[in-house]
Amino acid sequence: MTAAVARSTAHSIVDASPRIKAFAGALVILYALITILPLLWIVATAFKSQSDAIAYPPKVIFEPTLEGYVNLFTVRTRQTPDFIAKLPPPETWYDKLVRKHDMVIAGPSKVVPRFVNSLIIGFGSTFLAVFLGTLAAYAFSRFRIPLADDLLFFILSTRMMPPVAVAIPIYLMYRQLNLTDTRLGMILLYTAVNVSLAVWLLKGFIDEIPREYEEAALVDGYTRLQALRKVVLPQAVTGIAATAIFCLIFSWNEYAFAVLLTSGEAQTMPPFIPFIIGEGGQDWPAVAAATTLFVVPIVMFTVLLRKHLLRGITFGAMRK
Amino acid sequence: MVDVSLRNISRRFGAVDAVRDLSLTVNDGEFLVLLGPSGAGKTTTLRLITGLESPDAGSVMIDGRDVTHDPPGARDIAFVFQQYSLYPHFSVYDNLAFPLRSPARRVPEPLIRRRVEQTAELLHIASKLNNRATRLSGGEMQRVAIGRALVRDPSIYLMDEPLSSLDAKLRAELRLELKRIQLELGATILYVTHDQVEAMTMASRIGVIKDGRLLQLGTPREIYENPSSSYVASRLGTPQINFLPARLLSDVAMPPETETVGIRTEHLQIATRNGGRMIGRVHRVEHLGEQNHVHLDYKGETLVTLADPHQPLRAGQEVELQLVRPLYFDGAGQRIGPMVH
Repeated sequence: MTAAVARSTAHSIVDASPRIKAFAGALVILYALITILPLLWIVATAFKSQSDAIAYPPKVIFEPTLEGYVNLFTVRTRQTPDFIAKLPPPETWYDKLVRKHDMVIAGPSKVVPRFVNSLIIGFGSTFLAVFLGTLAAYAFSRFRIPLADDLLFFILSTRMMPPVAVAIPIYLMYRQLNLTDTRLGMILLYTAVNVSLAVWLLKGFIDEIPREYEEAALVDGYTRLQALRKVVLPQAVTGIAATAIFCLIFSWNEYAFAVLLTSGEAQTMPPFIPFIIGEGGQDWPAVAAATTLFVVPIVMFTVLLRKHLLRGITFGAMRK
Repeated sequence: MVDVSLRNISRRFGAVDAVRDLSLTVNDGEFLVLLGPSGAGKTTTLRLITGLESPDAGSVMIDGRDVTHDPPGARDIAFVFQQYSLYPHFSVYDNLAFPLRSPARRVPEPLIRRRVEQTAELLHIASKLNNRATRLSGGEMQRVAIGRALVRDPSIYLMDEPLSSLDAKLRAELRLELKRIQLELGATILYVTHDQVEAMTMASRIGVIKDGRLLQLGTPREIYENPSSSYVASRLGTPQINFLPARLLSDVAMPPETETVGIRTEHLQIATRNGGRMIGRVHRVEHLGEQNHVHLDYKGETLVTLADPHQPLRAGQEVELQLVRPLYFDGAGQRIGPMVH
């Protein structure tokens, strides 16, 4: 009986006809193709030569090369053909690749430290926002907090304008506090922006968990914090995963503050990638290589949490 | 001996008095049932005992100790919730072990295993221990919920309508089992329900509660035979007690201040007309198999009573009614007359 009830709430009561199902399937595939095409184009461009990358009409079949990746990871200097000819033979495949264009590798580029910055700032601020958001959402959900509605509205109101609207005060404040161009500064900033989203999303999820669960644990001799950890969090994991993905996507992709507040030490990938273009002509393959690498962590994170994300979206339709 | 008592306890929620000046003692080994409609303050009373709510006034005593300000975990109480007490992310075994694994309790794991297995045996769910909690039938879930309380050996078990979400057959089955387990363990239980059958069959004593007040406390027999008010009288008995205005019974001798006469089925005898003065008309006869519900019309009022299915009664027939020691109530609904034991 419960299965039947679950089915009738989760799906339409009448089963779709095979033709409608096929049509729906075709639409989904079409949509998937449209969304994945730019991504595939970027991945392909990363393996093109510079001339193939800007060829018109665009080349779908091309000779793959790793130049884009080599250029991304290295800093090169242009030399005269005479100088190149006098050098000892290239030691590695990438030395060889670079010399074809009358260049030598002068050293590694800054892509690795920038990528590490993105990882630390992105995941750090996501962790903090979800951590603080969970605690705040739990408190709002379970305790009688004076002015709770006003506080929640206030928290939400921080999202009512684009964060960049407050860029100048934040810039001045950060300069005073010596937080400009520091990882800590960026983590705090992204946490501050994300925490409001986290509180609201998580409050919804925690509201759906019956409080009897924790009360049973409290009566059984657990403390409030232990009950939160052992009973509430395992059941909120879906919501936490969904929230974490949203927070990570924001802080991972954030561009405006990153441009404004970071220039060296704490620069993340978004302001770094366009910077590649200017280095020795329009190096689209290197940009595409950087973009490909940039997308990988977020795709991995989403795929890892996919199961929870799906359940998170259908929350409420599930039998509890 | 572990007694649990509430002393003049009160709790308001906004404008609502959930519990008003309620005093109650649950004696050691007793199965006390609080009976009342929803919103009567039953659940709040339980939550006040657990410490999940704190009273505005009054105190909670467990074993002579004032625990009014102790946190729930320090009170040595087990609570069976109406629903939602199983953790869906745990197996049945882990659900049952959860109270024993509390950091405050530090029960060694082998002992936990023994207790869980004993409890599962007692509740006939031993074969389900490795199932996920969500993979159980309603009856099994409720058994596990009760089991989560039984694995411990607390001063008192509090149960908040644990059977109300089950169907009638299961409810009847678990009712018997719960009573058996209580006798077997000699457990002290405070049980809350709105179901008079549960109250009558399981209780050592029943407390009838309404609007946050305890109206009467006594054995099921006392409450049934000697209700202190018309409200208490109406809580117990099927079909429900009939109330007739006293003025319609001018021929019956009754205390002078009587306003209402309460007539249960055993207070009413039906006979064929034989010169008596109280005449009713059979309005309808419901055949329930082992007995009949007879709806009678008496001076414009309806009386419902039980009758032997073999008694030849049919709609429209006039019968002679006789009252046998009915209950008399005054204008405020309070019982008048001797409280016969």
